[in-house]
Amino acid sequence: MGSYIVKRVLRSFVTLFLVCTIVFCLLRLMPVEGYFPNFDKMTPEQVQHQLEIKGLTDPLPTQLGRFYNNLLHGDLGNSSRYRPGIAITEILADKVPLSMLLGTISLVISLVLGLPLGRLMTRYKGRIPDHIGTAFIVVIQAVPAVVYYLFIQMYGTSLMGLPLLFSRDNLATYILPVFSLSLGNIAYYAMWLRRYMVDESNKDYVKLAVAKGVNSKELMRKQIFRNAVVPLVQYIPTSFVLTVVGSIYVESLYSIPGMGGLLVKCIQSQDNTIVQALVLIYSALSIIGLILGDILMTFVDPRITFGKKGGSR
Amino acid sequence: MNKFSPKDHLAKGLEDSVSQTIKETADKLEEAKGMDCCSNTEEEPKTVNRASMSEEELFTFAEHDMKESERMGYTEYSYWRSTFRTFFHNKVAVFFLVLMCILLLFTFIQPLLPNQADPNQIFFDENGMARANLQPCSEFWFGTNSAGQDLWARIWGGTRRSLIIGICAAIAEVIIGVTIGLLWGYVRKLDFFFTELWNVFDNVPQTIVLVLLAYIMKRSMFTLIFAMSITGWLSMALFIRNQVLMIRDRDYNLASRCLGTPIYRIIMKNLLPYIVSVIMLRMALTIPGAIGNEVFITYIGLGLPPSAPSLGNLVNAGRALMMSPELRYQLIFPTIVLSIITISFYVIGNTFSDSADPRNHH
Repeated sequence: MGSYIVKRVLRSFVTLFLVCTIVFCLLRLMPVEGYFPNFDKMTPEQVQHQLEIKGLTDPLPTQLGRFYNNLLHGDLGNSSRYRPGIAITEILADKVPLSMLLGTISLVISLVLGLPLGRLMTRYKGRIPDHIGTAFIVVIQAVPAVVYYLFIQMYGTSLMGLPLLFSRDNLATYILPVFSLSLGNIAYYAMWLRRYMVDESNKDYVKLAVAKGVNSKELMRKQIFRNAVVPLVQYIPTSFVLTVVGSIYVESLYSIPGMGGLLVKCIQSQDNTIVQALVLIYSALSIIGLILGDILMTFVDPRITFGKKGGSR
Repeated sequence: MNKFSPKDHLAKGLEDSVSQTIKETADKLEEAKGMDCCSNTEEEPKTVNRASMSEEELFTFAEHDMKESERMGYTEYSYWRSTFRTFFHNKVAVFFLVLMCILLLFTFIQPLLPNQADPNQIFFDENGMARANLQPCSEFWFGTNSAGQDLWARIWGGTRRSLIIGICAAIAEVIIGVTIGLLWGYVRKLDFFFTELWNVFDNVPQTIVLVLLAYIMKRSMFTLIFAMSITGWLSMALFIRNQVLMIRDRDYNLASRCLGTPIYRIIMKNLLPYIVSVIMLRMALTIPGAIGNEVFITYIGLGLPPSAPSLGNLVNAGRALMMSPELRYQLIFPTIVLSIITISFYVIGNTFSDSADPRNHH
């Protein structure tokens, strides 16, 4: 297992390099018009001059070399369109903690509520708690997030008198965004846990345990739950590290100055340096998340191995 | 022969057991001879004759009687028939299946019905003003939108377009995702390759792909389907891979491997049937998921133009009018249609995945 992880981490660097290079090349394919807000009014000479200033006329390998050289010196570069001239690290330092804070709170809430909901639904399968839970899941799944976020904002502010706009110091303003973010995840965890637990409780060992008269509460907790939660566990580290991405809908609704939509906004305005930096950070995090998820899975279910044990194929 | 080899031992053992069996059979026949004449006289003339048969005649091959063996060995069990029977047992799921079929049929029949407006036709009153934002009435069943177009026609046109996008994207996603997921999860040598391939694909933002595709190709339905298929299979593949990881080293798979079962057969016979129920649920969610993705793509401004209505741009147009309560119907109608589609797929998928598990058959 140890050597497997080391190998994977080493390989991850190769992947990271590949991702950055591919994205770098893709970005260079972007239309020239996109770099200038007033392209129509510019003469070809001006365009050429501006491109030279940005260093976009150099051959691709030179540009790529420059990018990696800066990166190795710990320099992510400056923003060109989003907030011109400001260092990206400075922009991120402001936004990342906020998105991560909101995301982590809502993720913890959804785990704390979603998993017990799924367990409750399995225990009372086909009875009232199951029906209520299913109805909740179906509604959350069916109505697009954009729409129910709007309704939460509308009724939350009008009926409960909660503040509409987000402010860092006022804890009451955290309630609605966190609530909006959690709902989808609660439904997600409850839905899949129920599915896995129902599948699990049909297995022969459960039938045997029931026949032997094992306490059903204990059976649920120690055996069915433990087995059913394995596939969900893989996603949890990724979900936690990727809270940094933020939510585009929620953050724009409550005007939270977080990371949500930053990537999309910068791709559309072709602020290449930020896109490059964000892709690097997000991919590093998601690769780490995947590795952590695999490790966590082997801890929860020791039968899963990644090393050579268990026969090679 | 001085040395004692295991092979000889085995051969001798075999010989012994064979001769033993022959002896036993002969004994039994001897017994049967005595009993036959009194018990089975009427039923089969052959049996009666046995008593008078010589030893050689008795050791001829028995005729294979098709009718008899069918009567004994045939059970009316078929996996899929049993699955469908369990499925149709659930009244709620059948209701949603019927609803879904009606909806699907209707979206395709609707333009052929009489008195249907063109989704892009703008209605004007006598003064040449666009009849915009009309409340639902007898002429415009769902009202008109802010440009004066018939919302009824737009919604059905949009549903049709979104369903085609959703179904195509979901099919591509399932085929690519399941294939890659199974290989990724099961074949250890490919683990390295697919993990890194997945990482590369997963980390190139969908938005970049979309912007570039919109730049290279025309902004059309096909472009959207193509862009969604490129990125759509990722979550499916990871999902299948995680499922396979959990069962690939279970004892029965180990046994199959030891017996030299080819990978293809292990995948088809050992792995797939085991996870078919979760794949079903996942598949049922991909179509609404693809439609939801389209809503998101429209939200960030890369979706279809308003001249090609889809549920994505209808929901988005309605969202902008959310704050004026009398115009909220423009958000609510497309949302209701979208919700019906999602709920139907979810319920059908969930029930089907329950009934795909033979342990739930009765």
